[in-house]
Amino acid sequence: MLGLNKKDATLLIVVAALTLCAPFILNPFPTGSAMAQFNAGYPDLMQRFIIFGIFAIGFNILFGLTGYLSFGHAAFLGVGSYSAVWIFKLFTYNVIPAITLSVVVAAIFSLFIGFVSLRRSGIYFSILTLAFAQMSFALAYSVLSNPKFNLTNGETGLQVYADDPQWFHRDSLPDLPHLFGLSMRSTYSLELGAWRFDFNAGYYLCAVILMIVFYLAIRIFRSPFGMMLRAVKSNQQRMNYTGLNTRPYTLAAFVISGMYAGLAGGLMAAMDPLAGAERMQWTASGEVVLMTILGGTGTLIGPVLGAGFIKYFENIFSKINDTVLHNWFAFLPDGIEDFVVFIVHPFIGKGWHLTLGLLFMLVVIFLPGGLVEGGQRIGRLLKGKKKAPDSEDPEHHPKETPHVAE
Amino acid sequence: MGILDVKNVNKNFGGLKALSNVNLSVRENTVHAIIGPNGAGKSTLLNCLVGKLIPDTGSVMFDGKSVLGRSPYEINQMGISRVFQTPEIFGDLTVMENMMIPIFARRDGAFRMHAYESVANESGIIERAEQVLEDMNMADKRHMHAAAMSRGDKRRLEIGMCLSQEPRLLLLDEPTAGMARADTNNTIDLLKQIKEERDITIAIIEHDMHVVFSLADRITVLAQGTPLVEDDPQNIKGNPKVREAYLGESA
Ligand SMILES: Nc1ncnc2c1ncn2[C@@H]1O[C@H](COP(=O)(O)OP(=O)(O)OP(=O)(O)O)[C@@H](O)[C@H]1O
Ligand SMILES: [Mg+2]
Repeated sequence: MLGLNKKDATLLIVVAALTLCAPFILNPFPTGSAMAQFNAGYPDLMQRFIIFGIFAIGFNILFGLTGYLSFGHAAFLGVGSYSAVWIFKLFTYNVIPAITLSVVVAAIFSLFIGFVSLRRSGIYFSILTLAFAQMSFALAYSVLSNPKFNLTNGETGLQVYADDPQWFHRDSLPDLPHLFGLSMRSTYSLELGAWRFDFNAGYYLCAVILMIVFYLAIRIFRSPFGMMLRAVKSNQQRMNYTGLNTRPYTLAAFVISGMYAGLAGGLMAAMDPLAGAERMQWTASGEVVLMTILGGTGTLIGPVLGAGFIKYFENIFSKINDTVLHNWFAFLPDGIEDFVVFIVHPFIGKGWHLTLGLLFMLVVIFLPGGLVEGGQRIGRLLKGKKKAPDSEDPEHHPKETPHVAE
Repeated sequence: MGILDVKNVNKNFGGLKALSNVNLSVRENTVHAIIGPNGAGKSTLLNCLVGKLIPDTGSVMFDGKSVLGRSPYEINQMGISRVFQTPEIFGDLTVMENMMIPIFARRDGAFRMHAYESVANESGIIERAEQVLEDMNMADKRHMHAAAMSRGDKRRLEIGMCLSQEPRLLLLDEPTAGMARADTNNTIDLLKQIKEERDITIAIIEHDMHVVFSLADRITVLAQGTPLVEDDPQNIKGNPKVREAYLGESA
């Protein structure tokens, strides 16, 4: 199907089914029930799942295939957001031109940054990308925001104001990002007994784009180009002496992953028309690294899982507070209840990073292949242990190969 | 004039004269062995031929064109393939993929952005890779991870990868080092067969005299960075200078 083998086609169909049914799947608990706070099926969070999924899929094309660990990919995400908001300010709230420009600008940016950074490999490459991203952050945060030349609107962040030109805007169109008139915020809520499911236009736009870019990622993974990228990770020396120039291969991978990041940034702005410098900060770059490793570096679905996992924690665990805890543990005798709440307290609310950090450590130590490996192990247990691991699938057994500087 | 001409090449590492005034001419369609004791500069000389090192002085011409200043991938695209002293293969990839990459490199050049096509549809490349694996007696290992193979198999794979490119000049750095006797004999047979079947020039560095005298048409003895003698195999055996510098030492 679509030029994919059976296994990949199945994966694509599963991903499509999951994203399209996400409003149901993510809202398993009746509204108003005690468990309702674990529901993740509200538009804002679902959009974020998808957007960071796209970001991580792209990042994995660089990191998972070539092994080049970039610590600056948030810069491309930020650039994408700024580009989109400028389209909103100057021309139109239609998201198509905005998203297109995000991808184009991120491509140009990543071509430049990649060209310079890829002169080195290993840790030096990572540091160079980090330096570029922090420079971009500084530019966005202060340098490019002054009364004479205000490109980024500094601390406040770039947003659309009533006196912006918006040349192609007509009054009949929504005063928010829209797709040919369909507002990204428009949501249809389906009430089924005690349950409520939200179907949001913005979410479905993101979902369709995710499916397209996920499909493209599969094509890249299975292409001769993808094989060359894995060869780069495995042995650059052999590549050079085999008549292959590694530089354009790594640069192409870098630019492709930068474009995915720009797309994610553009979609973020399309869901909520503002862009801030904090989107480019190194913590944001680090987050996508965590997502990819947590999900499974070099696997197709891993980065999407990792992104979902982290965003779920960020949004759900951070909302649990002491009152909620007291409710949960109310059945315990008072003294013990307080004690349990005291123990759990550091891991929830603002402390969700702590929980995530622990989980991350557990995964990296016990499941070096990430959540995907966990899934495969469970699958193997269920099928019976007879079947040996698939040796035809090298990208599912990623190995650490340090890049020796040339 | 040979297919490969090395003239007055010098290479120093700090104070160490690794190569001094090396002249070497390899005639087309011959097997030229370079022998010499450890540290004689054999690998260094090879590195100067493939762009890994740049000689301090001198010239290296391949087929009338200078290779100096070109990167390894350009030199490979000119028609020189190289096997390393310790096998260099794509350990994370399967044997089949290892074999396909050099064939892609020959067909598509140093870079091609074929990111949308599927490897599975490249029937021409697949057939060719399978055929080379067959020739190398490795067809049963095609789905194995290259890193999981024995050292001898890795070496054979590397030789196969180089041969799949149909190079005009094949450079082998101790291709039988660390191989069992049987594997060594297989390699000799393989190289003999290649030499008969194709238009190929081979330059081989080797310590194993059995290999050298079974294959070589011409031998250069290198000692302390300088070529001592260059002659036909039967004359090398009796040469007193060679005995002293090399054969005597190891006997
Ligand atoms: N990159 C380098 N830097 C410094 N010295 C080097 C370098 N490469 C080789 N040498 C030195 O140059 C001399 C020649 O080394 P080379 O590896 O060419 O010898 P060889 O003839 O290949 O020996 P062997 O039979 O052990 O492989 C040695 O003394 C070696 O230590
Ligand atoms: Mg050597």
